[in-house]
Amino acid sequence: MTGGRGRRLAIALPYLWLLVFFALPFALVAKLSLSHTVLAMPPYAPRLDPSRGLAGVGEFLHGLSFTTYARLGSDRLYVAAYLSSLRFAAIATAILLVIGYPIAYGMSRFGPRAREALVMAVILPFWTSFLIRIYAWIAILKPAGLLNQALDLVHLAPLDLLDTNTAVIIGMVYAYLPFMVLPLYAVLEKQDASLIEAARDLGCTATQAFWRVTFPLSLPGVGAGCLLCFIPMVGEFVIPDLLGGSRTLMLGRTIWTEFFADRDWPAASAVAIVLLATLAIPIALFQRQQAKVLS
Amino acid sequence: MRRPSDARGPTAFNLASVALGLTFLYAPIVLLVLYSFNASRLVTVWGGFSTRWYGALLRDQQMLDAVWVTLRVGLISASAATVLGVLAAVALVRAGRFRGSGVFAGMVYAPLVMPEVILGLSLLLLFVSLGLPRGFWTVTVGHTTVTLCYATVVVQARLSSFDRGLEDAAQDLGCTPLKAFLLVTLPNIAPAVAAAWMLAFTLSLDDLVIASFTSGPGATTLPMRLYSQVRLGVNPEINAVSTLLIGVVAAGVIAAWLLQQRRRDA
Repeated sequence: MTGGRGRRLAIALPYLWLLVFFALPFALVAKLSLSHTVLAMPPYAPRLDPSRGLAGVGEFLHGLSFTTYARLGSDRLYVAAYLSSLRFAAIATAILLVIGYPIAYGMSRFGPRAREALVMAVILPFWTSFLIRIYAWIAILKPAGLLNQALDLVHLAPLDLLDTNTAVIIGMVYAYLPFMVLPLYAVLEKQDASLIEAARDLGCTATQAFWRVTFPLSLPGVGAGCLLCFIPMVGEFVIPDLLGGSRTLMLGRTIWTEFFADRDWPAASAVAIVLLATLAIPIALFQRQQAKVLS
Repeated sequence: MRRPSDARGPTAFNLASVALGLTFLYAPIVLLVLYSFNASRLVTVWGGFSTRWYGALLRDQQMLDAVWVTLRVGLISASAATVLGVLAAVALVRAGRFRGSGVFAGMVYAPLVMPEVILGLSLLLLFVSLGLPRGFWTVTVGHTTVTLCYATVVVQARLSSFDRGLEDAAQDLGCTPLKAFLLVTLPNIAPAVAAAWMLAFTLSLDDLVIASFTSGPGATTLPMRLYSQVRLGVNPEINAVSTLLIGVVAAGVIAAWLLQQRRRDA
């Protein structure tokens, strides 16, 4: 597709599609976050009236304001939801790294055929419905669930985990584990064994060789895995909604509730913009890495 | 190059971490499948083997309708996303730097990690502003937009390792650029294109959040239906429909994997 026309078409079609269905909608969210709610359908004002020409545009711009943001900033519930979203995502990412690293490292130690099968085994749950995998945990964690039946068999006290923050962390670690393991595995699998041998020849113990050679060299994978988990987890909706309690506050859930239950579209949009602004730097880092890996 | 794994095999610690990791990943799924064959209405109390919940599923018209909607949305959006994804991958790998190429790459990679709630909300606002009634087609467009990014990445990875000289050679032998692409490049990247389609289809099949925002009356997808049932509590019929879904997807993925293995061994 080096030909001029074909090339332009290859670029133009997906480009236009993403402009219309990805970029433009974001401009609309930004605009709506500056609007206020009214009892109408759609439930917000001001609305741009193109038939009135420039006067309409002026009136429209005049009607926009930052009051929704001010309202969110002064409401303890929104601030708490914001902070707890970041906390949930950070805790879950840290746990994922600690349990994902040994798994990825262990996988990289197998022979080539076994490695391929193991990668497949880690990817397969990702292809299985997210909703269903989270649903499976309800039956495990609920009061008379499978976990407590197992605890009862070994005469341990039951745990009341469903509808708690612990359950949300368990769900997040479970659902995002492949996203942590695969980038880590990708860098560990490529590492040159002679580097470790050299470190050992120079007198390093196995542990020292790991911390001085293997781990530093795997940092790009650590970065990729953490970003790939942290960013979507901050805005997670399904996990806190199904496994968390009514007091589990997360922004993804706030947006959902504002939108579907309270019909406060400007508030939902403002929360989305705040969430996006918070994630802008990690997303930019992720994009840079993605572009580097793929080109 | 020698790899650590070639030098010495996995230690006991390596074996244990991989085994524990896989157990953690698969135990909940295995339990869910097991309990779909439970005779008891109580999901977590074993009451003997039975297939009654699969029978109940076949008589649940709302569930069947949702399956049908989901399949149609998935087929159409995955096909559109794959076509757009191949074009986008070609643009990213072959076009080099063009005006707005940075913005383009940004728009392709951002939805991969963007929280779904934001994507759903923004798409919904677009449809409302355009005055489009929400339903089947708005969900399809929403899914196409998100899955096209995944499709692009899959095709791009394959395309960037493909030897461009082959396409140049075809053009030197008199092919038009389009013909060279269709006859030389496309067959070479075909496995990646197939994988991209499957990924897009599976993601569409699975999506709850974007569908909930962009759907309207008469276009309830299977995840939306499941979600409203799950909120009411666990019930064995959900286990049954989940098992079927897991079975279909797992069979497809494993078949694709084996096919690729055989081609490489041949």
